[in-house]
Amino acid sequence: MQQLLNTALGGLTLGMVYAAFALALVLIWRSTRVVNFAQAPMAMVTTFIALVIVDAGHSYWLAFAAALASGLVLGAVVERVVIRPVEGGPEINAVILTLGLFIVLHALAAVVFGNRYRSFPAPFGVRGIEVGGTTIALTGFGIFTILAVLATMGLLLLLFQRTDIGLRMRASAFNPEVARLLGVRVGRMLTLGWALASLVGSLAGLLIAGGSLVHPGYMDSVVVYGFVAAVLGGLDSPFGAVVGGLLLGLALSFVSGYVGSQLVALAALVILMLVLVLRPGGLFAQTAARRV
Amino acid sequence: MLTVTDLTAGYGPVRALDGVSFTAERGQVTAVLGANGAGKTTLLRTISGLHRAERGSVDLDGERLDRVAADRMPARGLAHVPEGRGVITELTVEENLRLGALGRTGRLDPADLERVYGLFPVLADRRAATAHVLSGGERQMLVVGRALMARPTTLLLDEPSLGLAPRIVAQIFELLRGLVESESLTVLLVEQNARSALSIAHHGVVLNLGRVVADDDADALAADDQLRHAYLGF
Ligand SMILES: Nc1ncnc2c1ncn2[C@@H]1O[C@H](COP(=O)(O)OP(=O)(O)OP(=O)(O)O)[C@@H](O)[C@H]1O
Ligand SMILES: [Mg+2]
Repeated sequence: MQQLLNTALGGLTLGMVYAAFALALVLIWRSTRVVNFAQAPMAMVTTFIALVIVDAGHSYWLAFAAALASGLVLGAVVERVVIRPVEGGPEINAVILTLGLFIVLHALAAVVFGNRYRSFPAPFGVRGIEVGGTTIALTGFGIFTILAVLATMGLLLLLFQRTDIGLRMRASAFNPEVARLLGVRVGRMLTLGWALASLVGSLAGLLIAGGSLVHPGYMDSVVVYGFVAAVLGGLDSPFGAVVGGLLLGLALSFVSGYVGSQLVALAALVILMLVLVLRPGGLFAQTAARRV
Repeated sequence: MLTVTDLTAGYGPVRALDGVSFTAERGQVTAVLGANGAGKTTLLRTISGLHRAERGSVDLDGERLDRVAADRMPARGLAHVPEGRGVITELTVEENLRLGALGRTGRLDPADLERVYGLFPVLADRRAATAHVLSGGERQMLVVGRALMARPTTLLLDEPSLGLAPRIVAQIFELLRGLVESESLTVLLVEQNARSALSIAHHGVVLNLGRVVADDDADALAADDQLRHAYLGF
């Protein structure tokens, strides 16, 4: 019973991070049809920026805010400098560029920040909290993780559904040409979309790093899990990405807790294949198979 | 008044428009007619800045339009209802309409929304529905209503009758005619369906292979048997 609860709680926390990362991928996919593989090293770079600020003796929260802000800027810069020039061409070109960026950012980070493991602070405890005499696998930082992701999603939902700029962004994603005819500056909306996605990715990076070790490659497996979660949710749906992330987090936590932690990556792959074979449009697809 | 002078455009080696010149008067419907591939859609897309002209100019009420980006057209008073899928089906009916209003001034005037709902009561009933569920005729009403949300002076319509029952077409055309008179709109109406277009138009321009082959009052065009047989198919 205790193990079940702990496995579920661990899965929930992890799932929240996957959900955030999947959301970052989906935001970009649905507006530009690009799977941004560079999302992982982009988040890694912003986490290192936070680490530099912490190491300089500033507060965690300043570092946290700076990482999110630099995520926003980095996303905008990548869209403008790397993606914009190949816009309108085959989408595979942009995907290859994100892979190239993946390698470049890795190399740069190794040069600038060093290629060794460094510990990253957490603003809250990373020990399980005690409930009625027993310690459960929910940490203070875990609670912060869940709340931070939920708050971010809530804000994004408000932005997209309740504001004019959100309406313009959705219109640009769904039908750029019609949006343009209606006076929407589609290019700016795409830049903003990349910036927001990168911010969400940076948040995931910070949450994974908290109380743990960072290294230029520490986010690389997360992009894979985030991608699986996004595919689970249908790749086009922000809501699906969140549910997909939670389901994946729980599933992997149970595999790790009851089967063996060395099988987690394999399990993710099996889940991905099952979804692609059985429900190619994602778990919530109402329409026929997606054309990828 | 919309004046097109010597407009020339194409796709690589294909010349879709070849020295097209004509004038569409304010307060009038000008029909642009011609067979498939005549260049009608290219003409509208070039006027609204979606397609680049190789030569020639476009002038709206004394201002040059041909270096203006497509996304700045609503601010100039020009609304283009594109061929086919102009509805953003993932958005709700009301979101489509709101989007139409944002283009001109960046803000929504609730009175505009009520006016469009007044013109198209079907849309009012389904304001919260995803546009995906609308029928073809309702979609056409939505795109026309959305164009009106920007309070345009000039309306470019690309085959609004496509796939609609004659009764719906008559209804939309009648409404257009009324708007043209009450708001003195300049309307450029592209149509395959020459007969019904000429029935509401004041003036008509016939294109063939990217060139203007006739430019006259609607009545005169409809009465020209030779022209009708050669280019208008009725
Ligand atoms: N994207 C494109 N690439 C290449 N050629 C094109 C393209 N769009 C149109 N054309 C060509 O340009 C010419 C004019 O096409 P256009 O779409 O303007 O005709 P249209 O009068 O609107 O025809 P329809 O009544 O069928 O809509 C045609 O020969 C067409 O094949
Ligand atoms: Mg056409």
